[in-house]
Amino acid sequence: MAQAQPQIPVTVLTGYLGSGKTTLLNRILTEDHGKRYAVIVNEFGEIGIDNDLIVESDEEIYEMNNGCICCTVRGDLIRTVEGLMRRPGRFDAILVETTGLADPAPVAQTFFMDEDVRSKTKLDAVVALVDAKHLPLRLKDSKEAEDQIAFADVIVLNKTDLVNEQELRDVEAAVRAINPSARIHKTQRSGVDLKEVLDRGAFDLQRALDNDPHFLDADDHHHDHDHECGPDCGHDHHHHHDHDHDHGHHHHHGVSPIHDVGVTSISLRGGDMDPKKFFPWLEKTTQIDGPNILRLKGIIAIKDDPERYVVQGVHMILEGDHQRAWKEGEKRESRLVFIGRELDVERLKRTFEACQA
Amino acid sequence: MPTVAPLDLDGHCIAAAWLGSVPAFAMADGLVHRLDNGHRTTEAHDGLLAAVPSLDGKTLITGGEDGRVCVLSADGAIREIAHLGRKWVTALAAGPRDAVAYASGRVAHVRLPDGSVKEFAHPRTVEGLAFAPKGMRIAVARYNGATLHFPAAAGKPVELEWAGAHTAATFSPDGNFLVTAMQENALHGWKLADGKHMRMAGYPAKVKSMSWAPKGRWLASSGAPAAICWPFLTKDGPIGKAPVELGTRGDAMVTCVAFHTTDEILAIGYADGMVLGARVADQKEILLRRAGNGAITSLVWDGEGQRIAFGSEAGDCGVIDVAG
Repeated sequence: MAQAQPQIPVTVLTGYLGSGKTTLLNRILTEDHGKRYAVIVNEFGEIGIDNDLIVESDEEIYEMNNGCICCTVRGDLIRTVEGLMRRPGRFDAILVETTGLADPAPVAQTFFMDEDVRSKTKLDAVVALVDAKHLPLRLKDSKEAEDQIAFADVIVLNKTDLVNEQELRDVEAAVRAINPSARIHKTQRSGVDLKEVLDRGAFDLQRALDNDPHFLDADDHHHDHDHECGPDCGHDHHHHHDHDHDHGHHHHHGVSPIHDVGVTSISLRGGDMDPKKFFPWLEKTTQIDGPNILRLKGIIAIKDDPERYVVQGVHMILEGDHQRAWKEGEKRESRLVFIGRELDVERLKRTFEACQA
Repeated sequence: MPTVAPLDLDGHCIAAAWLGSVPAFAMADGLVHRLDNGHRTTEAHDGLLAAVPSLDGKTLITGGEDGRVCVLSADGAIREIAHLGRKWVTALAAGPRDAVAYASGRVAHVRLPDGSVKEFAHPRTVEGLAFAPKGMRIAVARYNGATLHFPAAAGKPVELEWAGAHTAATFSPDGNFLVTAMQENALHGWKLADGKHMRMAGYPAKVKSMSWAPKGRWLASSGAPAAICWPFLTKDGPIGKAPVELGTRGDAMVTCVAFHTTDEILAIGYADGMVLGARVADQKEILLRRAGNGAITSLVWDGEGQRIAFGSEAGDCGVIDVAG
């Protein structure tokens, strides 16, 4: 029989025109980071590099006949990824650049919903570039800017040199209000360490947790994930380590001074869950609220189960697995974060808590 | 007893073909291998995406990642007939009198027998192309349906609508039906005389391969653990009828199907590399090739209906002599 081909990791790069995507892309293509990338771009445009592995592809949304937005995929990616994967060995990973107006959900869903793509590749992380100067305006005039932040595992808050400290704090708060669980890197000229962008394994539940010991720390949203690490960064880092200790359920409504958010996040906490109640509840919730749930992530304590159960989702697509044993002295608790639109906080909280054992 | 002459190549076989009596294997790396008194190789492209034989069975038309469309002869001579720059040529079809249709992105190009080229731009990507058996007419499979063009005439295109993404197209041999494969594990058909719809669903996987029986009485398809053969025995095709299943296996999906040139006998390729032959009339099966290294991607009968050239995802290709 055939040897199983390793699944090729795919990084999705989102961000508005002018956010620094091309600069970052050019760095990924030229810097020595030990990996060869095949890059799928919307237009060859400004990429000043001639490379056989840069493929142009028109963004093409395919809705299924059933009309379900959770089944919506990107037809161009299916075609291009299949084409690339027929000649493996030329590259170690794939990078997908999307236009500023792209909806990131169909991009991510392509890697879960299409069997052919899924069997050969795996989504590594969604990286959003954000222009610190223009984000407030973008958030006012487009749903896409919000969606891109909501969807991201890694957010590169770029062009920090173009704003003052107060503006930067406001922009960061706006980003956090939309997505409390992403890693934020503040940079200038897309000068983020490529290690923080590539090969993250953000959709690999085991690795996501290993990489990020504070994954879903509900009482620590503004912790030391936030690095300021541009090449020309001369600032001290210590002042980013201040923690913000507020407890309980976080509904990040209205915490942003610059952005009246359409996308919100809801952090739920509870004790041990009754698996007979929790799993049907999660299924049902994602069925009902799926179209409004952009991402969900959780660590669940299941009654009488010595292992932590981790779960994540994109719209209606759910993935879950046992992760590791609860450590001695570690507080057994269940935490679940929803990022989405028009989520009914009270209902989610009430029904989640009703699943406790 | 059927015998197999293996040809182990590197990489994914896009298409096997017969150039006259010479078996040829077009590989994803751009090389075309021929068994013509020994193993011969021609580099057609830097990355080959699609390949189809011409209707006279003498040449192989290829399209590549290098934006070129080429015609390869049995002697290995190669002729470039189009160059679209850096764009991938993702779909091809061969038409009557050496007409060729090729597509890149949203544009379908048709090279007519006189060498002139017509271009047809679409609002969405051209996923699949097919020539009608009679007249100069092409079908474009696209998002939400198919479009029919008459490249030799100035007439308006005919739009056939059906929600969803259509990824490949094929005309029935009598030209009365157009069938498309869809992103969502189904086939869709139109009876062209009245536009009547045919939904052929229930596949557990996407349909990647379709083949018409010699007189067009059956359409065989991959995408299930059996070859699914839809009856086109009456003027309404498969409407309201159940398909016949051939070569059902519990442990492997059918990935490729090819009807014999004159008889209602189907060659069936599986995900594990096995090839079976099955007769529609009595559903009797014969093993043609044992499982190999990868899924069968291409099966082609020679003009006499005696030999089958096959290719696989893993590069283990070869020729089956059915009579042995």
